[in-house]
Amino acid sequence: MKIGVLALQGDFAEHISMLKKIGVETAEVRLPKHLESLDGLIMPGGESTTIGKLAVAYDLMKPLQEFGKSHAIWGTCAGAIFLSKDIGRDQPLLGLMDIKVQRNAFGRQVDSFETDLEIVELFKATGTEHPYHAVFIRAPIIESVHGKAKVLSQLEDGRIVAAQEGHLLATSFHPELTDDTRFHEYFISLAS
Amino acid sequence: MEAKTGTWTEKKGLAQMLKGGVIMDVVNAEQAKIAEDAGACAVMALERVPADIRADGGVARMSDPDMILKIMDAVSIPVMAKCRIGHFVEAQILESIGVDYIDESEVLTPADEEHHILKHNFKVPFVCGCRNIGEALRRIGEGAAMIRTKGEAGTGDVVEAVRHARSVIGAIKQIQNVDDEELMTFAKNNGAPYELIKEVKTLGRMPVVNFAAGGVATPADAALMMQLGVDGVFVGSGIFKSGDPAKRAAAIVKSVTHYQDASILAEVSKNLGEAMVGRNAAHMPEAEKLAVRGW
Repeated sequence: MKIGVLALQGDFAEHISMLKKIGVETAEVRLPKHLESLDGLIMPGGESTTIGKLAVAYDLMKPLQEFGKSHAIWGTCAGAIFLSKDIGRDQPLLGLMDIKVQRNAFGRQVDSFETDLEIVELFKATGTEHPYHAVFIRAPIIESVHGKAKVLSQLEDGRIVAAQEGHLLATSFHPELTDDTRFHEYFISLAS
Repeated sequence: MEAKTGTWTEKKGLAQMLKGGVIMDVVNAEQAKIAEDAGACAVMALERVPADIRADGGVARMSDPDMILKIMDAVSIPVMAKCRIGHFVEAQILESIGVDYIDESEVLTPADEEHHILKHNFKVPFVCGCRNIGEALRRIGEGAAMIRTKGEAGTGDVVEAVRHARSVIGAIKQIQNVDDEELMTFAKNNGAPYELIKEVKTLGRMPVVNFAAGGVATPADAALMMQLGVDGVFVGSGIFKSGDPAKRAAAIVKSVTHYQDASILAEVSKNLGEAMVGRNAAHMPEAEKLAVRGW
């Protein structure tokens, strides 16, 4: 099992250290050739505009779209934005997941927050029941899911913060900034 | 559970999202758009870039909040703004208008020549400059959630940025080899909080994200700082004091991502037009150096 982490910009090193913690081999992905021999890909938090522009500049858009047809991809925050079909503004998107996302949906940095989430699928898959502590930073929300995409987790007010479509996974929050490896384990199960 | 805002994880976390990126100084909404379009991961809103502050002399203060708000409206990426060292009321004002990060900066004229702001008192995160490990850890002790090595702002000369980055990163390596019995004396000799020195030893790195600043003018400069081991770069005067800001900005963004790939660095370094004129920082009179501000 070898998982790539898109290393154009953002907190890719944090994802790599989480993957190492659960014994998974990793690789940094900056160019199309780096996708070879990977079983899955994580797209980290960062600035989605920066990541999108660099993906276009280094011809990664098509290869990433092809990769996503047959491999697991997980986007956290900026990565979730990049995976989506629609964000209501003009910037490069992979359009792999049938979800509509709104950037910076909670406001500015002073509105960034931490909270506990109930994520039934995750608890089932990992055989655990304690709440998932989630860190949101200038976070997007998933406004709506369409087609085969389904909701994985919502805030108490109903806003969607995690979604899944087959082997594709999107979270508004940052499991890589916590010590809780359950989401990474869940993703590895999708990539297997 | 109640949602918690303004936590240490949140403050440090935004800086982690900026890693591998370029934060650019901008003086108006048009420049902010150019920076965002070039791939900046954040912008620093200020009235004058450091090169102009140097040229103009006089007292440099926090920028007009209206100008900062216009930049916040113009772009979707995080917006930082500077307050003077020790000027906690400027910081309160910047927090109240909703900037994403405050830079308590030596580029502005200090308001207090003995004390920095107690940054733990704020919900908004702060970045501070440093020249060495002691200064970095004192700032973190006061609540800075991100550090930048100072370099010498407004010069276009990378020599001081290299000096400060080597000093900090060298000290982190040194701490790994210091016996636990010797850590207190190391803390004393470096003027650094003991608990943070211990944390550096455990982590093997700085407890918060560390960018380079002060003198980066070319893609090669930016990649040099990355190879030395910083997490990202600030570019101040280097972009909008150059011949073709949009092109140079995009090239520096690419150079930070592909900092280990010399063939890509060669490609992005081509035909960038005039770099900023620059000023030799090593031969600058001590009194003109901004980096010595900070205690």
